[in-house]
Amino acid sequence: MLKDFFPKKRKYATLPQEAPQPTAGGKKEIPEGLMVKCDACGTIMYAKELANNLKVCKGCDYHFPMSASERLGAVLDKGTFVEWDVGLRTADPLGFPGYEEKMSDIMAKTGLTEAVVTGFGRVGGWPVAVGVMDSRFIMGSMGSVVGEKVTRAIERAHQQRLPLILFSASGGARMQEGIFSLMQMAKTSAALARFQGAGGLFISVFTNPTTGGVSASFSSLGDINLAEPGALIGFAGRRIIEQTIRQKLPEDFQTAEFLLAHGQLDAVVHRKHLRDMLINLLDLHQVQGAGAAFNEETETKEAFHG
Amino acid sequence: MASELEFERPLAELRRKITELRRFAEEKELDLTAELQTLEEKYRQMEEDIYAHLEPWQKMQLARHTARPTTKDYIERLFTSFVELHGDRLYGDDPAIVGGIGKFEGLPVTVVGHQKGKDTKENIARNFGMPHPEGYRKALRLMKQAEKFARPIICFIDTPGAYPGMAAEERGQSEAIARNLREMASLAVPIICIITGEGGSGGALALGVGNHIYMLEHAIYSVISPEGAAALLWKDASQAKRAAQTMKITAQDIMEFGIIDGIVPEPRGGAHRDVDEQARSIAQVLRRSLAELGRMSGDELIAQRYEKFRAIGRFYEQQQAAR
Repeated sequence: MLKDFFPKKRKYATLPQEAPQPTAGGKKEIPEGLMVKCDACGTIMYAKELANNLKVCKGCDYHFPMSASERLGAVLDKGTFVEWDVGLRTADPLGFPGYEEKMSDIMAKTGLTEAVVTGFGRVGGWPVAVGVMDSRFIMGSMGSVVGEKVTRAIERAHQQRLPLILFSASGGARMQEGIFSLMQMAKTSAALARFQGAGGLFISVFTNPTTGGVSASFSSLGDINLAEPGALIGFAGRRIIEQTIRQKLPEDFQTAEFLLAHGQLDAVVHRKHLRDMLINLLDLHQVQGAGAAFNEETETKEAFHG
Repeated sequence: MASELEFERPLAELRRKITELRRFAEEKELDLTAELQTLEEKYRQMEEDIYAHLEPWQKMQLARHTARPTTKDYIERLFTSFVELHGDRLYGDDPAIVGGIGKFEGLPVTVVGHQKGKDTKENIARNFGMPHPEGYRKALRLMKQAEKFARPIICFIDTPGAYPGMAAEERGQSEAIARNLREMASLAVPIICIITGEGGSGGALALGVGNHIYMLEHAIYSVISPEGAAALLWKDASQAKRAAQTMKITAQDIMEFGIIDGIVPEPRGGAHRDVDEQARSIAQVLRRSLAELGRMSGDELIAQRYEKFRAIGRFYEQQQAAR
């Protein structure tokens, strides 16, 4: 079903496929029918079994990273997703060496066009604007297109009076687009200022990993900030901090549980409860149907981008 | 030139020769006026040539120069009756960010800025201008206060980045930066940002959501430090020179991208050569900017700031292939 939203005819060249590179997320993508070994506890299980368990290890509850389509499948009501802005492509503003090749390579490998998929869908019947980042796509990094898609999703949520749910998974701003990537932090946050200022509900769900420019912009700005167990969440990378302060960091440093203990999250929610949690939260924010909280006056006064 | 940079050595060399020759002429009571004049002329030309054609890497060195004027240097020169205000009312007072109220040519304004030190001792005290969350929260508190009292806000930006430390993470570095980005977007007073030295990533941007944004001539603004980029790209931090070029971080690059509103000229050789002159050219920019923004209503200011950032991004829309 979800595959339908990605065009089959590609407008970019597909490079000859080499043996799959064991990238961060890659080693967990094992073809159907094979066995999977849990990174955390070593339990061996059928891939299908893992998929049926929302990609959570039956041995230790380790939450495997989910692709954007797996996430949408796990959260939304079946058949309700309509994708937005599929056609946006980066213009490679710095002419960064190797960037275009990297993009077409990653597009071919993942079947995605960018590190975030946005659109309309329903969760337990409630209509929502939803965005899901996919960490397989250049570390889920945010460049011009991710910033634009997230901003447009926020603006559409505002226009259509939809609650907004964003699942983040990102290493931060995309280096290859330099200052343009940095500015997406301000752009998305400014869009949230309008949306939230007008009464819009934004539920942010941190998934493993969310760091750098994404955690330091829209991800941290939820009216409600949730995270999956064990998710790595932080501003600076662990290695950089260890180099800076010259000391070993605690084992659980920058995990969802660590953030919860330090008052940075509303709740850590097991993946098997996440959908119900979202449905409950959406329900709690509806008084007279979708988007009742929106301020009429602000809504009608402001102009929006297409 | 006590603190000369590598590319400035030929200049320093020539200056030494001129000084020696002059002394020699005095000692021996020789008339070498013509020779000295030629050398002085040569010096001027060399100087012009060097500073007019600085490589990004060289600009970065100027932007990070230990003698580079800091926010406090500008506050002293630009604002009268300045009162520094401390603390975020939540946790502490971050010395890496200073802020307060003063008058710019008679007009009360709120000023916030990163604060670096000029020597090791000062830099340790100021944490090298790398703020913790309480710094950003102090800045936001002062900016909200400015809004309440209808004062324009002037931000001086000069930081290697937000501090990457354990305490910073525990207290929500990400949240503090993110909140500033969102809240600055909705302030109903003029915000003018000037990147005076290093515009280091999110730690700089957290004071950078302005109606007007300017950069000093040799300032840089970057999503990641050239050292960091080199380490990621080529697994080699010593390739920073190359990364500085690739990342397009100079004021001239950023201006060409349409992200800033103007470049403030620096005295020849950089801001540290003549802080008073530098302050005067900043004052000129502030005067113009404040006059322009002062005519706008709160709603107009918010809308202008929104549109400014809304428009940033380089992408195109591909027609979807038929299903």
